[in-house]
Amino acid sequence: MKQALTLPTRKDEAYRYADLAALETLWPLPVQDIRVAAGEQGALAVVLDGANDAARDIAITLEDGAEFDLRLLHAGSAYRRIAVSVSLGKGAKFHLGAAQIAGGDQTVEIVTEVTHAEPDAVSSQVVRSVLGGKSTGTYLGKVVVARGAIGTDGSQSIRAMLLDRTATANARPELEIYADDVKCAHGCAVGELDPQGLFYLAQRGLPPALAKKLMLQAFIAEAFVGAADEEALTDAALKALEAVL
Amino acid sequence: MTMLKIENLQATVADKPILKGLSLTINAGEIHAIMGPNGAGKSTLGYTLGGRPGYEVTGGSATLDGTDLFELEPHERAAAGLFLGFQYPVEIPGVSFVQFLRESANAQRKARGEAPLSGGEFLKLAKEKAALLRMDMEMLKRPVNVGFSGGEKKRAEMVQMGILDPKIAILDETDSGLDIDALRICGEGINAIMRKPDKAVLLITHYQRLLDYVKPDFVHVLAGGRIVRTGGPELALELEEQGYEAVAA
Repeated sequence: MKQALTLPTRKDEAYRYADLAALETLWPLPVQDIRVAAGEQGALAVVLDGANDAARDIAITLEDGAEFDLRLLHAGSAYRRIAVSVSLGKGAKFHLGAAQIAGGDQTVEIVTEVTHAEPDAVSSQVVRSVLGGKSTGTYLGKVVVARGAIGTDGSQSIRAMLLDRTATANARPELEIYADDVKCAHGCAVGELDPQGLFYLAQRGLPPALAKKLMLQAFIAEAFVGAADEEALTDAALKALEAVL
Repeated sequence: MTMLKIENLQATVADKPILKGLSLTINAGEIHAIMGPNGAGKSTLGYTLGGRPGYEVTGGSATLDGTDLFELEPHERAAAGLFLGFQYPVEIPGVSFVQFLRESANAQRKARGEAPLSGGEFLKLAKEKAALLRMDMEMLKRPVNVGFSGGEKKRAEMVQMGILDPKIAILDETDSGLDIDALRICGEGINAIMRKPDKAVLLITHYQRLLDYVKPDFVHVLAGGRIVRTGGPELALELEEQGYEAVAA
């Protein structure tokens, strides 16, 4: 991934919802390059917590038949941004599971561009956001299917839960398909916790924060199912959740 | 001893008055049944006492053992000993009964200054109550009410009541959607869990049939947001025979 040295503006689609003031102090971002050789497997889990602003760019190249499992967790109390670009070779597999949890006036975002450059590659992305206070959570996910990349199977599942009416969720799945015979599915939903469910749990004695945590933990866990360090990621996410409830 | 005392209760739902001066006193050791036509305000009474959002108290009072219920949040009312059996138990995907009930029981115990139940203690208690309602423990490992039949949901409500061990249970049409066997099992469950000198029950029902198993001490007819008649168990039979219109008139 090439990165311009000049600071982006709101006119750059990928930075449209970014916290540009925070980004300026971090700019230019180092790009973490990952290449997985043909037939090999790789995995990475990135947890951004703590109180400092943080932004990362990750570029992943998967050669033919390579597989990669990427997990992201945005927690803590400051600006969070991770941009990922992935290029898939023939028959390669890529999975992203990401959760972003924010409160206060925090901005968190995940931007992905997954390119199916060759035939028969599979990509799946699961992104779960829990947003409280006046926070803003964004997921911009582009899937590009190159000419001739037949047999592509791409999926995106994007869900955001707003804890307060003052929080904002931006979710934009985007497909650019230049090949026939491909399968690309995406689902996108922004919602609130079921008030009937919350009353039911409260009537059994659960205080509101505990009831919300119980209802949200399964929602967030979907991002980390099958990860090598599933338990550690889920625990870290639950701690972050407690902080915003 | 007076347990639940409701005086001149008035409540609205979406600005529409539903309860219009309802008074009712329930003493420890008593079982009361409230019957009445559709739209009389039976479910509204349960939800208002439970504190469901959208059910606004506009007048009157309700106390549980002398404590003003309307000063308490819904979870605090539960910890004070109020259990509401839902007519339509809510499905909560992704949360297992076992996990939710242990958290609930311990949240209540914490609010009352009692020590939490350990995992082992809780499971023993849950098994005992599940057996009472002839419910397989495996079902309690599933997400709350998800994929349960109408009858299973109602039996699960009674299992919850057994585990949480309330002072007073307001059971909103626990008999609806039950087949004959499930009706008997639920009825026996209510007796086993709640028919005790220090507990009380308010059954909200349309039909006499549940009252064959759970014999009420008092039967009330609710119509137009008020109790219009009170009697003994024979009143339920009279209603069954003659209908609400004749009896409530």
